[in-house]
Amino acid sequence: MKLGVIAIQGDVSEHVEALENALKQRGEKGEVVTIKHKGIVPECDALVLPGGESTTLGKLLIREGIADEIREMNAAGKPIMGTCAGLILLATAGDEQVAKTHQHLLGLMDTKVNRNAFGRQRDSFEYELELPFLETPYNAVFIRAPGIVEAGEDVKVLAKIDDMIVAAEQENVLALAFHPELTEDLRVHQYFLDKLF
Amino acid sequence: MELEKLRHGTELIKRGFAKMQKGGVIMDVVNAEQAKIAEEAGAVAVMALQAVPADIRKEGGVARMADPKIVSEIIDAVTIPVMGKARIGHFVEAEILEALGVDMVDESEVLTPADHKYHIDKTEFTVPFVCGARNLGEALRRINEGAAMIRTKGEAGTGDVSEAVKHMKQIMGEVRALKGMTKEELIAVAREIEAPIELVLETAEMQRIPVVNFAAGGVATPADAALMMRMGADGVFVGSGIFKSENPEKMAKAIVEAVNNYDNPKVLAEVSKGIGSGMKGISVDSIPESDILQTRGW
Repeated sequence: MKLGVIAIQGDVSEHVEALENALKQRGEKGEVVTIKHKGIVPECDALVLPGGESTTLGKLLIREGIADEIREMNAAGKPIMGTCAGLILLATAGDEQVAKTHQHLLGLMDTKVNRNAFGRQRDSFEYELELPFLETPYNAVFIRAPGIVEAGEDVKVLAKIDDMIVAAEQENVLALAFHPELTEDLRVHQYFLDKLF
Repeated sequence: MELEKLRHGTELIKRGFAKMQKGGVIMDVVNAEQAKIAEEAGAVAVMALQAVPADIRKEGGVARMADPKIVSEIIDAVTIPVMGKARIGHFVEAEILEALGVDMVDESEVLTPADHKYHIDKTEFTVPFVCGARNLGEALRRINEGAAMIRTKGEAGTGDVSEAVKHMKQIMGEVRALKGMTKEELIAVAREIEAPIELVLETAEMQRIPVVNFAAGGVATPADAALMMRMGADGVFVGSGIFKSENPEKMAKAIVEAVNNYDNPKVLAEVSKGIGSGMKGISVDSIPESDILQTRGW
């Protein structure tokens, strides 16, 4: 198995480490590769879009020619997970802020996102989040976090904070407003890998 | 939502913010228009300040926090994070920047220090801090005070990358030297470099400083930015290098692409073509000792 992490910008090494540890924990063999240029995504069995600055990531995904490869991977039904900035990139539509920066969206999930739904850095927070696939709450780290404000009927909502959707999935695609890669708790990465094994 | 269950300003949140900047370019801007150019070029964040370091150097006098009006205008103009510089030890300037909504405060030697003995107690803030360092001891002292991110000091406003190179090599070399040392040897190192023992032990084990480490101070071209990434920087701050160049739009975009392709000389050659001349600059050797910025802070 080959797991790819988009490595244009953001907390890439944290996702690589979490995926490697998750593989080890479940006794599976696999390789985790970082992706900065086109040509590697088609070889991957699953893909992670990490946290970072979505405006920057979106621009460079297009400039590097990776965006179309990700759309093809999605069409093939392979598992794709986006965290924070990744959640924005997965969406089909964005708010005014997203429009203002001519944000490039991949449109893999039928969602409308709010880029900084939870405010600026001083408003960033940790929160014990209930997730339907976990028995106990997950310490979720939200950093200048986005949220999903509207979701189509094919989208399964996994968690909300107030009215804001912070975790959702649509078939092979998993979108999270928080950062499971910043904590030692591997349960969210394991849930993602369950789609593969 | 039960508000008391939201935990703000934790170390994880502060250091996590810095991690989201990795692999990116943070650009100095002095107004909303420049901030938009930086965002459009693909900067991960902008640093709002009154004047770029090259002008601070030229004008002399006391350099302070930027006018809050300018900071607010920059915050309103872009969606990417906005950082602001406070004087070393000037915790009230830092509080003002936090109140304005900046996403990170740079306690910076580029401004005139307000306290010649103490840096700001950064653990008291919700907003994360970045601080400059020339060596491992200085970096770990700042982290101990609560810094969530470190940058090399280099020599700001010169366009001469040599000091940034020196500081990055110094820090990387000191980290490498810790490898294989016994605990008692590490304790001796901690005493020698005047850094907390726990942080020296952590650095030795991780084989890197425990927070994100950017390069800064003299980066002026795509090749300079790529050079710093090759040395192991997590990302790059560019101060005067963009808006003191002949064509800021092209220079900004080229530096972003250089950081993303730092290990590919062919791409670096392409992105470096036709971007106009870089900032004129001034070689560090020609600056009188009294005008050197990096020796501010300790």
